[in-house]
Amino acid sequence: MTANNAKVPAKKTKGEEVISGGSQDYVTMTIADQLFGIPVLQVQDVLGHQKITRIPLAPPEVAGSLNLRGRIVTAIDVRLRLSLSARPKDKPGMSIVVDLRGELYSLMVDSVGEVLSLSNDDFERNPATLDPRWREVSTGIYRLNGQLMVVLDVPRLLNFTNMEAA
Amino acid sequence: MDDLLSEFLTETNENLSVLDVELVRLEQNPNNPELLSNIFRLVHTIKGTCGFLGLPRLEKVAHASENVLGKFRDGELTITPEAVSLILKALDTIKGLLAVLEATEAEPPGDDNDLIARLNACAEGKLSGAPAAAPAPAPAPEPAPAPATTVEVPSVSLDELEAAWQAAEGPSTALTPVAAPEPAEEPAPSHDLVVPEPDPAPAPSKMPVPAAQAAGAQGGDEVREAGNKESAVAAQTIRVNVDLLENLMTMVSELVLTRNQLLQILRSQKESEFAAPLQRLNHVTSELQEGVMKTRMQPIGNAWAKLPRLVRDLAHELGKKIDLQMLGADTELDRQVLELIKDPLTHMVRNSADHGLETPSERVRAGKTETGRVTLNAYHEGGHIIIEIQDDGKGLAIDKIKQKAIQNGMASEAELANMSDQQIIQFIMKPGFSTAAKVTSVSGRGVGMDVVKTNIEKIGGTIEIKSVQGRGSTFVIKIPLTLAIVSALIVECAGERFAIPQISVVELVRAAADSEHTIERLKGTPVLRLRNRLLPLVSLQELLRLEREDGQEIKNDDETFIVVTQVGTYTFGIMVDRVFDTEEIVVKPVAPILRHIEMFSGNTILGDGSVIMILDPNGIASATGEMAMGENVSKEAAAVQAQRQEDKMALLLFRAGEGAPKAVPLSLVARLEDVELSAVELSNGLPVVQYRGKLMPLVPIDPCFSLGHEGRQPVLVFADGDRSMGLIVDEIVDIVEEKLVVQLTADRPGLMGSAIIAGKATEVIDAGFYLTQAYKDWFGSSSSDGFEEEKLQRVLLVDDSPFFRNLLTPLLSVAGYDVTAVENPSDALALCEAGEDFDVIVSDIEMPGMSGFDFAQAIRHGSRWQHVPMVALSSHATPRDLDRGRQVGFTDYVAKFDRDALLYTLQQTLSEHKGAA
Repeated sequence: MTANNAKVPAKKTKGEEVISGGSQDYVTMTIADQLFGIPVLQVQDVLGHQKITRIPLAPPEVAGSLNLRGRIVTAIDVRLRLSLSARPKDKPGMSIVVDLRGELYSLMVDSVGEVLSLSNDDFERNPATLDPRWREVSTGIYRLNGQLMVVLDVPRLLNFTNMEAA
Repeated sequence: MDDLLSEFLTETNENLSVLDVELVRLEQNPNNPELLSNIFRLVHTIKGTCGFLGLPRLEKVAHASENVLGKFRDGELTITPEAVSLILKALDTIKGLLAVLEATEAEPPGDDNDLIARLNACAEGKLSGAPAAAPAPAPAPEPAPAPATTVEVPSVSLDELEAAWQAAEGPSTALTPVAAPEPAEEPAPSHDLVVPEPDPAPAPSKMPVPAAQAAGAQGGDEVREAGNKESAVAAQTIRVNVDLLENLMTMVSELVLTRNQLLQILRSQKESEFAAPLQRLNHVTSELQEGVMKTRMQPIGNAWAKLPRLVRDLAHELGKKIDLQMLGADTELDRQVLELIKDPLTHMVRNSADHGLETPSERVRAGKTETGRVTLNAYHEGGHIIIEIQDDGKGLAIDKIKQKAIQNGMASEAELANMSDQQIIQFIMKPGFSTAAKVTSVSGRGVGMDVVKTNIEKIGGTIEIKSVQGRGSTFVIKIPLTLAIVSALIVECAGERFAIPQISVVELVRAAADSEHTIERLKGTPVLRLRNRLLPLVSLQELLRLEREDGQEIKNDDETFIVVTQVGTYTFGIMVDRVFDTEEIVVKPVAPILRHIEMFSGNTILGDGSVIMILDPNGIASATGEMAMGENVSKEAAAVQAQRQEDKMALLLFRAGEGAPKAVPLSLVARLEDVELSAVELSNGLPVVQYRGKLMPLVPIDPCFSLGHEGRQPVLVFADGDRSMGLIVDEIVDIVEEKLVVQLTADRPGLMGSAIIAGKATEVIDAGFYLTQAYKDWFGSSSSDGFEEEKLQRVLLVDDSPFFRNLLTPLLSVAGYDVTAVENPSDALALCEAGEDFDVIVSDIEMPGMSGFDFAQAIRHGSRWQHVPMVALSSHATPRDLDRGRQVGFTDYVAKFDRDALLYTLQQTLSEHKGAA
């Protein structure tokens, strides 16, 4: 086990302190056929298609806001955040609600999959050649059977000031 | 009961309960100087307040106790349980007195000489063991003292009390009703520390217990009732942590929203068994909301409490005499709002006292009383609180503001020249308008007016400045009563709904092709005529860059609603597609990543459960050019001086013949008549009508126009002296008041040119032309050729006849002069005093009061205008007059009715003058 620690990123962000243990639970989701994961403890809710109020003048990545049991949640279009094309209109999509410093954000993705418990052995840093935008919001990659899962870093995903500079 | 007294009772009871605890701690820990001085201070406070309120009996007891404590503090006496008991006894007496005081609002008669004597004896170090009722061993002094005093000390030490109950079963039964609730109130920590077994000894070993108790008692988080059980007054008021109230308010706000949601659902269902209970819920919620709101209300006087002192210190420091008046201090508003306006208010009062008011000598010089006055006034108005801060000082220095604005690169000189004073004043609210140059120890500490404005806008308020040079300035702040729930208007634009806080909404106007209001456009900029004012419009769709789903641009003819919004002095209209009703909303802040969008002040959830953005009128105003504001928002060339801004002219708008609407100065028109066409006769081939016993010629605007024979025709009657003339028009449209700026000269006879009037291109007719049509000799010969224009030459026209003033003003302005007309020489001289400058003065000779000759003499002899050329106007153009005119200083002399000669002369005079200069 200890030998594997070398593979764990030296710089850990909040919410991932446990990563050096045996395994991690991730909520998986797909965006444009790519598998992504968010640490399960950061996920508050999984929503189906929601009625979203558009917010004029907001950054394009902000899809709008929605009412989640009396709380206002800001919806983020993860596709646009990852420099992908917008989701086709006919696909309803799903959302994962996360909490960042007391504010709720709904991450709009194509679909939400199961919760996977992944061994740290399969974790790897981002390849140096990864798209800069992706590298910015990802902590690393898990090698799964037949596919790769990109771990999304929620605080960085929601850090829009950096993005404006980029 | 007197407020002061009830406050005293509450406070003293609180102090006493703290004292009880502290004294016991002291007894156990006699060498703690901090504790001792705290006790001393508390007793001293009680003594002081008693003396202040005129309660001698209480004061004496407190004084004697203070003496003893003083000796303790100075180390002259050692702290013994006996001495402490004695002081506790004194406190009990005080409590007893307070109870009577509360019941009767007067001290009971009698004295406490016995107690005082013992206290004094104690102070002298002669405390005897146990003189009377006081139980000397006093393991737990509280239960033992005979129930003679109705008041008991409840919160000494839980353990001691418990110990006492167990140790002395007998007396405790009598006290149970009083003491029984006690354990429940004691803060939890003490339970952990309970010493299990009765221990009647004074027990200095129990130190941690009282410490925990004291912590509980001092941490204001708990509702503090300890020790107040007996006091009805004290029981009526409790101290509650503000956070708790805030939390309660939030919950109630949510409840209100949920109720709204339920009611909305109910409305969509015709018959529902939920109707009755929901109505009940509705009422209870409203009452609850109101009740919770009330708990947060505080008189604004609380925010003002520090101001008298502040102003007094300021007055000393600055050597000014300042009288601070505070009106409406009991006006209540939400605590949260109060907190937020406290600093801005303080800042503005400081500003008024520091920058606004002059020194006594300056004031005397300005003809004011030595003492300057700063007035604070607060009152309710339509669901809002209005706070006015007014001073009678020198007013805002427009020139300095201009300088500063140029220095800081906020505006160019040219831009400033086109702004009204009102607009210039707004600069002091701009961020970066540093007050660095005027930093005193008092003001300029980094809280600028921009911060004030931001703070006020943060709570949904507005601020307005009025300033009169030499008379003082007034700041008017309008803030909502509470922040928690605001009433908002729900509107729709391009399929999206938005909320606009009701506070800024003045009125709603429906504009459509078939309504009386239509949106007009000036170079694409939409404007609306509203009660003879031009209202600038903001398209919400364009502002928010909303895309219409059908991709269609809204046409002018389509129905549009205009939300007339006011921000400070700036009024504008927001164009929206639809207006729904108003709804009570709870403003929630937007997510941090959206805070930079200044158009929104927050968001909320509506009754139907959808999220809606709340528009911020302040943000919209600043984004759409608040600087283009003024008291009279108009698109015309901005008048530089306030004086000239008021120089407006009533214009009669009418339609006649082809083309644009036409206008003529209203004052030229003597009457509006409806002429019966059958009464029109022909004289000398021209239509005339008998009018007031005379024949009045009728002149059509359009020469090809032929009169009908039936019906009625509106006619504008022009009259001068005994002559009158009727101008035939098709329809009289409106009367508007605007400064006439003729922008395009016409080469068509009878037209002065075109001007924007009420936002529309309008042809200004040359009344003179039609007058000569009727009477060839009205002005003598007349043929109008365009002169080469001398741009922006300023002409001062002095003529007592409004007719000629109104005739010549458009005539001269059409020739490219900037005309200011006054009706007598004194007004003209006043303008001279006021620092106005003109390139040429045109003056009538025959005027009541000061004649043109006298006027010229006054100007030529040492006035600021002594080198300004003057042209005399007179109907008596004899050579003798000409000579006299030249003698007194007129540059030239023109016959009054000779328009061409006047224009020619003006041109000559100005070019000569220029050459000479």
